[in-house]
Amino acid sequence: MSSPATSKASDCFRLKGSMFTLSMIELIHYSAIEFSNQLSRTVNQAPRFFQQMPVVISLEHLADDSTPDFKEIIEICRSLKVNPVGIRGGSDAMVENAFTAGLPSMGSVTPSPSPQRAQTSSPQPAAVEPSLVPARIIDRPVRSGQQIYARNTSLIVLAPVSAGAELLADGDIHVYAPLRGRALAGINGNTQARIFCNALEAELLSIAGQYKLSEDLQHSELWKQSVQAMLEDESKLQLSPLSLS
Amino acid sequence: MAKIIVVTSGKGGVGKTTSSAAIGTGLALRGHKTVVIDFDVGLRNLDLIMNCERRVVYDFINVVNNEATLNQALIKDKRVETLYILPASQTRDKDALTREGVEKVLIELAETFEYIVCDSPAGIEKGALMALYFADEAVVVTNPEVSSVRDSDRIIGILHSKSRRAETGQEPIKEHLLLTRYDPERVELGEMLGVKDVQDILAIPLLGVIPESEAVLKCSNQGIPVILESQSDAGQAYEDAVSRLLGDERPMRFLTAPKKGFFKRMFGG
Ligand SMILES: Nc1ncnc2c1ncn2[C@@H]1O[C@H](COP(=O)(O)OP(=O)(O)O)[C@@H](O)[C@H]1O
Ligand SMILES: [Mg+2]
Repeated sequence: MSSPATSKASDCFRLKGSMFTLSMIELIHYSAIEFSNQLSRTVNQAPRFFQQMPVVISLEHLADDSTPDFKEIIEICRSLKVNPVGIRGGSDAMVENAFTAGLPSMGSVTPSPSPQRAQTSSPQPAAVEPSLVPARIIDRPVRSGQQIYARNTSLIVLAPVSAGAELLADGDIHVYAPLRGRALAGINGNTQARIFCNALEAELLSIAGQYKLSEDLQHSELWKQSVQAMLEDESKLQLSPLSLS
Repeated sequence: MAKIIVVTSGKGGVGKTTSSAAIGTGLALRGHKTVVIDFDVGLRNLDLIMNCERRVVYDFINVVNNEATLNQALIKDKRVETLYILPASQTRDKDALTREGVEKVLIELAETFEYIVCDSPAGIEKGALMALYFADEAVVVTNPEVSSVRDSDRIIGILHSKSRRAETGQEPIKEHLLLTRYDPERVELGEMLGVKDVQDILAIPLLGVIPESEAVLKCSNQGIPVILESQSDAGQAYEDAVSRLLGDERPMRFLTAPKKGFFKRMFGG
């Protein structure tokens, strides 16, 4: 809230607090080559999605003694049209190096058992009840050249998705019609995301960055069938038939 | 109320200009006062197909730029009473068209014409966007091959997002699929997509199927819209399409290859 006492008509700006949802690149280890390769692979999957996208580089999972070169990271990102705007976490030395390179620290989160590490088969009780974000529902055909992104939620499409169209969701993707374009679910790294479709004719399916191209999909006996796609062991994209029998 | 119909496709060479001339002529033949506008600035071939290229003095751009009045630029067709052509400029570039300028011309045309048919240039850039922006209806011209279908799909998406009707939240543009250069023999051989394949992908109502026909080339060389060649297959198919555009129901014709006679089979047709 801006208080009238601090803002005069002659002011040229007001200072305000605001919250943004930003995507994070979570470094696990760092080498320029690997970083550059993986990032360009990721970006190439959905170039329009990443177009000038602001990202935060998370250092929370990086070993304290690693020495990422932030100037290099910025350069690699920019060359792929991704815009790093800050870092999160990291040792004091990293924070200082990042700052010199032009990446301010956006703080760090108190260490909590990360869901990726906690690999137990029994479901864990959720610590915080997540608030419900309604799914994004599209009831018109998605045409070649169109892109639809369901931020922080799932995407439900009730009409055909053409070749050359692109669906993106942080959550699941459902298509109750032929899926002929590209579908990328869990794009912020949610390995639990799934893709469902009535007729699989997709150019690409991807869950949390693990993808299959139509080249591979076409030879599956599930081509043109009702299919669900999910990750096995959080890394292998698997298809299964979506029928009751 | 004048109806603005854009004839569009994304891809070039699929039959937009041929179809614009045929549909415009067909509407005029039924007594509707119709104008066909050539939006293909720099290329100008609608006037060739309609055989009025020697009568072009002023063009669409001149009117947009207030260098000529609409009446000076409109060319009256010599064969069909209620048909007019607004030709494109051969010398200007595409940037000469502005949205305000186009709107001004369309508003003026709408005062006297029932149908305004806009022959779109290829592509999905400025010229094509300009041609479709003000449309009430769209004839999406598609050839039965994958790249053309893909481009048509793209144009349909643009009709839904970048037209005036889309931007102002009005009722969407009414879309019609016109499948042209259809060669049933090649469809049967699996070399081309069939009507159903294309309809499956594009999912908009089918206005007509125009067969691949020698009559089209012959007519365009002579500057006759093929619809005036009422004995020809393509002429009849366009005739049907215009009827459907006006709300009539007509069965689809020319969907199967003509049975070849014994001699044709022996010696080629
Ligand atoms: N039904 C048809 N049968 C045979 N040739 C056709 C047919 N329709 C169009 N053509 C030919 O295809 C070419 C391109 O047609 P045109 O109408 O100029 O396409 P566009 O305006 O989409 O570029 C021309 O040579 C035309 O004669
Ligand atoms: Mg043309």
